[in-house]
Amino acid sequence: MATSADIGNSGALQNIDRFSPARGKGSRRFGWPLLLAYLLLTIGGICMVTPFFWMILTSVKPPPELVNFSFFPENPTLQNYSNVLNTSSFERWYLNSIIVATISTVSVVFFDTLVGYTLNKFNFPGKNIIFIGMLGTLMIPTEMLIIPWFTMSVNWSWHIGYAQYWGIAFPGVITAAGIFLMRQFFDGVPNELLDAARIDGMNEFGIWWRIAAPLVKPAIAALAIFNFIGNWNAYLWPLILANSREFYTLPVGLSFFRGESTTHWERIMTAASLASIPLLIIFLVFQRQIIRGIALTGLKG
Amino acid sequence: MASPGIQAATHRRKDIPMRLTLHQRQIIWAYVFMSVALVFFVVIRWYPTILAFNVSFRDWNVFEGSGPWVGLENYQEIWQDAGKPRSSVTAAFSNTVRYVLFGVPTQLVLALAIALLLAQIRRLSALYRVAYFAPYVTSAVAVAFVWNWLYQPETGLINQALDIVGLPQQPFTKSPSQALPSITAVAVWQNLGFAVIIFLAGIQQIPAHYYEAARIDGANAWQLFWRITLPLLNPIIVYLTVLGTISYLRLFALVQNMSPQGTGGPLKSTTTVVLEVYREGFSSYKMGYAGALTVLLFFLILLITIIQLRFFSRRVEY
Repeated sequence: MATSADIGNSGALQNIDRFSPARGKGSRRFGWPLLLAYLLLTIGGICMVTPFFWMILTSVKPPPELVNFSFFPENPTLQNYSNVLNTSSFERWYLNSIIVATISTVSVVFFDTLVGYTLNKFNFPGKNIIFIGMLGTLMIPTEMLIIPWFTMSVNWSWHIGYAQYWGIAFPGVITAAGIFLMRQFFDGVPNELLDAARIDGMNEFGIWWRIAAPLVKPAIAALAIFNFIGNWNAYLWPLILANSREFYTLPVGLSFFRGESTTHWERIMTAASLASIPLLIIFLVFQRQIIRGIALTGLKG
Repeated sequence: MASPGIQAATHRRKDIPMRLTLHQRQIIWAYVFMSVALVFFVVIRWYPTILAFNVSFRDWNVFEGSGPWVGLENYQEIWQDAGKPRSSVTAAFSNTVRYVLFGVPTQLVLALAIALLLAQIRRLSALYRVAYFAPYVTSAVAVAFVWNWLYQPETGLINQALDIVGLPQQPFTKSPSQALPSITAVAVWQNLGFAVIIFLAGIQQIPAHYYEAARIDGANAWQLFWRITLPLLNPIIVYLTVLGTISYLRLFALVQNMSPQGTGGPLKSTTTVVLEVYREGFSSYKMGYAGALTVLLFFLILLITIIQLRFFSRRVEY
């Protein structure tokens, strides 16, 4: 479909951000239907964001204010933050999450793009079997694989020491969904361009790295962001694999932190804020790309 | 594809064996490019899949990486447990189905309504999308704790609000009858934004002239929705139903962090299949039993997905 070099600006991608004016009543009459739409959306929106505000507001309240109910803090304080940071290993958990999410994201971006490209642009015997074999893994829920993965990790000592980083990351270093997605996006890269590079004597790796991959940058960016978020928030597998406090990722550390501070809601909300605010900031910065990417993958898949 | 020009060009190069044609070299490159991925899918995906079935037929010891073959004993044990009143397994499967039945339709209907509203407005549209989508990028553990705090008796925000408007306080996750719907509501809150974005993209792909033509023929807004919007969204509805169902069948992090001591309580009223897998496998170290549960979960997901694809997929042409 897309023959232009800049795939990011073609077809469906643009429609997502555009509003087609001929749709619905509201665009013609600026009367009460439009007002009602805004009213309902605002009520819904308040329901969506209140929990976040409540989390942050609670985290800056001194403990007595939690009992004497007031929506806004009367004496806002950052004391909870220094308490939580001093008594738990949050810095270390941040580091662990960053390491694990970075390992898997770099690997996923490299391999999913390379394999997606190969499956789109090359003809070779066994192509269909390989494609089905990769896609077929999407049917297998990861929950079914955790016991085998754990067995393998114990076998190869990936559950002790620094190997735990690899142990947490390895199930997600290549993803079938990402390969499938990238394979679709390489449709937009014209074969003539690749052939021209071949005539110029460029090797196949160079053609992929210097010519094809840069043309699908928007898709790669979306893949990288989703993957980073997904790994940052991953819970079940890191919970099973990480066996010492120093190697917990943020969600796992957060979960154990609650066990230690059962009724101190101001501390739990502080910890929850610490765990979720960095990602919310990433989301706000990249929100256009993330929302576009979600819409695109949904429509393509 | 292999034009004479390219072949001539390759033959001039010295470092490449003369006998290989362009196509043969392409085959070699393709396998080189895929080599790591092939190893990954065989070793990290397919081998463990086979091992998972194997584990379910054994009294598996995870630290030895082996265990005696016990045939169908693990499955028989699950079957016997399922026969006992108030067993965890029965609760897990029936709760999981209830999460799906409560969660998926609620999520789809709400998301469609919000997407339809969002398609009407122009100003602030990006702001609303951000607001609806934010929970989706937040860790389920953090979400669970925030909602635990919102649901808290006496001091929780929701019960305070109920007090103010003169309604009785509710126990939410503390009561066996309210806990499951309360957790489902949180799951809907967290996953709603994803469905909204997909629906919105689908709505915006419907050509505007369909609506114009229908309006000229005298169709009202209600008819436009039922006759144009909904049928054309059918593939998206199927996609979101399948995806949503799978995610509710795999519910774990929210339940573990919202139930007392992470046990799926009170009185097993919120436990799920995956939570039981975790408890049996990694707290009681009954790996074979947990493995058999995961195999059953796999078949449950497969069965439901096939049924949904069969019954809901209709091609709509205009």
